[in-house]
Amino acid sequence: MLDVAIRKPDGSTAVDWQHVGVRTAPPLPVAPALHTILPDGLRRGSTVSVAGSMSLLLALLGAASADGAWAALVGFPRISAEAAREYGIDLARLALVPDPGLVQGGWTTAVGALLDAVDIVAARPPRGRGVVPGDVRRLAARARSKDAVLMPYVLDPAGWPGADVRLQAVGGEWTGIGAGTGRLRARRVEVTAGGRGPAARSRSASLWLPAPGGGIDEATPLAPVIDLAG
Amino acid sequence: MKIDEGTAAPPRRISVWCPDWPVTTARIEAGLEPETPAAVVTANRVVACSHSARAHGVRRGLRRREAQARCPELAVLGRDESAEARTFEPVVAALEAIAPGVEITRPGLAAIGVRGPTRYFGGETGVLHALSRGVAGLPALGGADLLIGIADGSFAAEQAARRGLIIDPGGSPAFLENLPIETLDPSGASPLIDLLRRLGIRTLGAFAALPGADVLARFGPVGVWAHREASGRDDRPLSARRPPVEFTVTLDLEPAVDRVDTVAFSARGIAEQFVTDLGAHGLACTCLELQALSENGEETVRRWRHAGVLSTVDVLDRVRWQLEGWLSGNHRPTGGVSRVRLVPLEVVPTGTHQQALWGGSGAEDERAARALARVQTLLGHGSVLTPVLDGGRDPGQRTRLVPWGDEPLPLHSPEQPWPGQLPAPAPSVLLDPPRPAQVLDASRRPVRVTERGAMPAPPELFAMGSDTPVAVASWAGPWPVDERWWSPESARRVVRCQIVDVRGRAYLVTGSMDDTPRWQVDAIYD
Repeated sequence: MLDVAIRKPDGSTAVDWQHVGVRTAPPLPVAPALHTILPDGLRRGSTVSVAGSMSLLLALLGAASADGAWAALVGFPRISAEAAREYGIDLARLALVPDPGLVQGGWTTAVGALLDAVDIVAARPPRGRGVVPGDVRRLAARARSKDAVLMPYVLDPAGWPGADVRLQAVGGEWTGIGAGTGRLRARRVEVTAGGRGPAARSRSASLWLPAPGGGIDEATPLAPVIDLAG
Repeated sequence: MKIDEGTAAPPRRISVWCPDWPVTTARIEAGLEPETPAAVVTANRVVACSHSARAHGVRRGLRRREAQARCPELAVLGRDESAEARTFEPVVAALEAIAPGVEITRPGLAAIGVRGPTRYFGGETGVLHALSRGVAGLPALGGADLLIGIADGSFAAEQAARRGLIIDPGGSPAFLENLPIETLDPSGASPLIDLLRRLGIRTLGAFAALPGADVLARFGPVGVWAHREASGRDDRPLSARRPPVEFTVTLDLEPAVDRVDTVAFSARGIAEQFVTDLGAHGLACTCLELQALSENGEETVRRWRHAGVLSTVDVLDRVRWQLEGWLSGNHRPTGGVSRVRLVPLEVVPTGTHQQALWGGSGAEDERAARALARVQTLLGHGSVLTPVLDGGRDPGQRTRLVPWGDEPLPLHSPEQPWPGQLPAPAPSVLLDPPRPAQVLDASRRPVRVTERGAMPAPPELFAMGSDTPVAVASWAGPWPVDERWWSPESARRVVRCQIVDVRGRAYLVTGSMDDTPRWQVDAIYD
């Protein structure tokens, strides 16, 4: 392992390979609102499982895609191009493989082939059968060796064994809509992150997903009332 | 040693140009009279129009509506590029009867070298006579015009054909001198032309007068190329750099294939290899020879010339065009296609290409595109899709999925206002086809929508499919949608609602306006 840090003229550390890890490729960026739960962005070569919300998945792809990364969605029937664009995804660099299961073993083959060259591969395991543990290991190893990010979309946060980071969106409180009045404007969700290694400490954040007008934003609690007289 | 660039006169060539070829083809396919004003429209814009339509003021780039307003009897036709190639095939055959080595720029424009046939027919007049005899009364032309031009160099010959002129030997520079600078790129998309115009260079002569070395220094290889064209020195001499044989790629089809789309799909790999192999050596192809062999030994050989450099898509288009003409023409082979070979005839150096650190965008994009093409070969052409933002009022209409590799163009402009569309945020998951839903009122009966779009009883319970209904937490709507009321077949009168159930899940539902209401879920805000 490379044990060198790049230092600035004044002696302070500019880039510490220890911190970055053995991977030399920089991590993929994430939206600023996700910095509390993913402080280092999406580490290349890792497996990040997502549960609970399709919007969370699109939001995770957004900043990286806008930065030039390629993304592929495998096994998702139909996502909205409009929503994808609201989260910042560049549609020219997004590929969809809606139904890879037509061929025997098609899902694993497609995900494996895409991991070779696409930066982020989000995949929903085929309904019913699931993915056999051997394939789970093989795909994780493929992602690691190709510096890609494998992003399984699972119903249950523990549904993908061996994920480096597990993200889950819980709850969902819509604003702007009443009993026959208004319209859907924004949703407040709690996103929790857990996992292995550096991600073992669980983090959580309250997010607008989608934020008013689309996209993702941090949900700040209302400002406390300050007693000016005192 | 001083090299005099002017002495090497470019070879003399005959160009044949059929004006408005897309219109001619579409008109013949539709069985219309030659005098009918017609226009070919793609993506709501006129891409070509017939002479009679032009006389009514129809122009390229007009919207369909505007064109129809200027000429109410205008026949609006769709574009069919494979038909264009197929109908042009007899013209190419007529040219081929005069001299081998026909170079096709695109359907409607082709050229041959003049030297050999001039000797054979005894002068250029003899060649012209033979050519006129060959093309006169070709049924495929259906009374369309065909213009012939002769000049030194292919660019000058093309311009001469557009004007139906015969330029004397050595007269090309003088002929090109007074043409506007836009002639170099009629599409108007070239940044070079824009720059030259802003620099005050408005004619080809003015551009040609600049010293070549300075043009290279200021405008790079693209500029030099244009400069050589403008000064009537052929940019692509016939005997130019013959690339070595190893850039030739061959595809063997086993078993033989008799469908154009299947061959084109299989040829995707070699087309990509062809372009990347050349690209890896800093070269790009401008003229390509495409050979195809049938299982019974028949052969078709065509040369395809491109104004710019041939990309993978361009190569595939030419494979499709040539095979379309061959497999459906008079000299159709008796067996399926068993071999396709791509031979680069002329190459030009491309700009230096440097990969960025961490495998920059260029290499990355190339790699990703290849991986996607690989998945496509594993699972089929329609299995890998790319989303396109389309125009429409429904969230479902606003997303269009096109197979990877096809042109991701919207059918309707998404930039139009589309009154009645839902404001952001958009639902993330679309259901196609929509799933039936149960929207029930307090008495567990389906919520009814009146003729005027009102809901007398609010929704209280909701379920997707045949699930057990759960309570509705909040809802918005109903918003009536009254689309295409003028057309009985496609008219749609529904109301849209947004419904949030007690679990916090939000849905976009539509309900029909009648006494037995049918509700369906169109999209989920997941």
